[in-house]
Amino acid sequence: MSAEKRALVMIENVTRTFHRGAEDIHVLADLDLEIQEGEFLALMGPSGSGKSTLLNLIGGLDRPTGGRVIIGEHRIDRLNDRALAAWRARHVGFIFQFYNLLPVLTAEKNVELPLLLSPLSQAARRKHVQLALEVVGLSHRTRHYPRTLSGGEQQRVGIARAIVTDPTLLHCDEPTGDLDRKSGDEILSLLQALNQDYGKTIIMVTHDPHASARASRTVHLDKGRLSAEAPD
Amino acid sequence: MTHWFQQIVSVSLFNLRGIPQRKGSALSAIVGIAGVVLVLTGVLAISEGFKKAMTANGSADVAVILRGGSDTEMNSGLTREETRVISDTPGISRTSKGALTSAELFVIINLPKRSTGTDANVPFRGVQENAFNVRGKIRMVAGRRFETGKNEIIAGAGAARAFGGLDLGNKIRLGPNVWEVVGIFAAEGGIADSELWTDASVLQPAYHRGDTFQSVYAKLDSAGAYPAFEKELLANPRLNVKVSRLDDFYADQSKMITRFITSIGVFIAAMMAVGALFAALNTMYGAVSARTREIATLRALGFSAVPVIFSVLAESMALALLGGGLGAGAAWLAFDGYQASTMNWQSFSQVTFAFAVTPALLVQAIVWAAVLGLIGGIFPAIRAARLPISAALRAS
Repeated sequence: MSAEKRALVMIENVTRTFHRGAEDIHVLADLDLEIQEGEFLALMGPSGSGKSTLLNLIGGLDRPTGGRVIIGEHRIDRLNDRALAAWRARHVGFIFQFYNLLPVLTAEKNVELPLLLSPLSQAARRKHVQLALEVVGLSHRTRHYPRTLSGGEQQRVGIARAIVTDPTLLHCDEPTGDLDRKSGDEILSLLQALNQDYGKTIIMVTHDPHASARASRTVHLDKGRLSAEAPD
Repeated sequence: MTHWFQQIVSVSLFNLRGIPQRKGSALSAIVGIAGVVLVLTGVLAISEGFKKAMTANGSADVAVILRGGSDTEMNSGLTREETRVISDTPGISRTSKGALTSAELFVIINLPKRSTGTDANVPFRGVQENAFNVRGKIRMVAGRRFETGKNEIIAGAGAARAFGGLDLGNKIRLGPNVWEVVGIFAAEGGIADSELWTDASVLQPAYHRGDTFQSVYAKLDSAGAYPAFEKELLANPRLNVKVSRLDDFYADQSKMITRFITSIGVFIAAMMAVGALFAALNTMYGAVSARTREIATLRALGFSAVPVIFSVLAESMALALLGGGLGAGAAWLAFDGYQASTMNWQSFSQVTFAFAVTPALLVQAIVWAAVLGLIGGIFPAIRAARLPISAALRAS
């Protein structure tokens, strides 16, 4: 890894307010955060602290009420829906707590999904899919449907889907939240390997201190503000 | 563009492959739409069959001549002298035996319906020898033609099927006389199929009509000869007549009843369509709800709203077309060729006809189904496209 890392994610003065009837709910307030390229950042905090909201802003799934969200060269809070969707397809790999695989598709077809948004040929897509499944150790389960896979295996498919486009950052929302300790450990080891061996920048929301211990930095949120940072 | 199209096709296929997981609601939409199509096709098949019966015997090169001011044969009257003048008019096809015309009279008799036993008005037509050649679409299917001067009748196949007493060889009392059924004829499902025919010169005295007729049917040299023929008749000071091409004459007669049946059919089907539409909407809202997380996942991965909209529409159209196909198929099996009779209000007599589920009708039914599918899918599709991604990703 290079010693001269640059900031990949810059959150500047970000606020996020939700409206429920006449009530305004301020989830994030004047938040500033920088994440370096190649970092494995854990976002922790109690329920309602705003960690998932922050993750969604970084992943381009939501827009801030105020402030700036800059990822690499792109100020994504200013992109329209279509441009934001295209940006997500190119730059973000999503890993979800409940895997979010399409039940009607086999493991390899699920992994291929993001590539359908690229101009790659079918043969090239197949090659990428095989490689991604090899990285997560599931090259022997390519034709299996999600219902025939264990939770840990389904999450591996989810990770393969997230990395198949070689994205800039991996967006992980409680990736071990639905797994037993052993499977969770395997997933965390895989994420760590993706960070250390492949240089992937990872942002992971978790409640689990055991999971956050695998990250290179942990950020705590409380009531929409950064409360503490715990370096590796 | 290929890339864009590929997105739409891929997402639509994922959706279609998920239908078996929602088979209960999918089935209710299919059955609802099939019901609408079945009823609509069934009712329109009546209208279509009636129209066919009324127009099958029409010809552009046959003219029918009534007294001036008459709309139907019922209120027309022509003397023998007038029918001779008509027969002498240029433009009529001629053989060695003379002009191809048939002066006819038309009375209504009562016969019991075979289906209910209740009396029905049946048209009884007196014709001249040339009637067969003038119409050209009449063929005997049993027995023989009636003989001139005898109380013999031949019955149209539809009439023989629908009304009692018209079996071959049977003798029936009509008015003061007894008549023998000596033949059954077919007229390609046209209006003549509903009639009884006899010799006009026998029918005249039997029903006290003197030496009068009600219409003249004339075979013209060609369809193109009609305008000159009509002009000649209308300009003749010895005549006061109304002239029509036979196909126009029958089409006019069928207009009122086909409009009535079509209106009733469309009204009933529209009422049912409202119900089916709600079933389709419910199904598709349910499908979108069941797929909330799936749709949000696709959107998160970078699929735009358009493929999602298309995927929901593809599902609703697939269900609708399946329902439409089933309904149309069932209608064809159940109704096509079904024999019935109804009142022709122009002549106050029964017309027998067969329900006709035509290819055009089937296409129309499928279009109806597709429209139902489109409307049933569009609002759920818009909802699917507007799902807030971050919240929908966590939907259970």
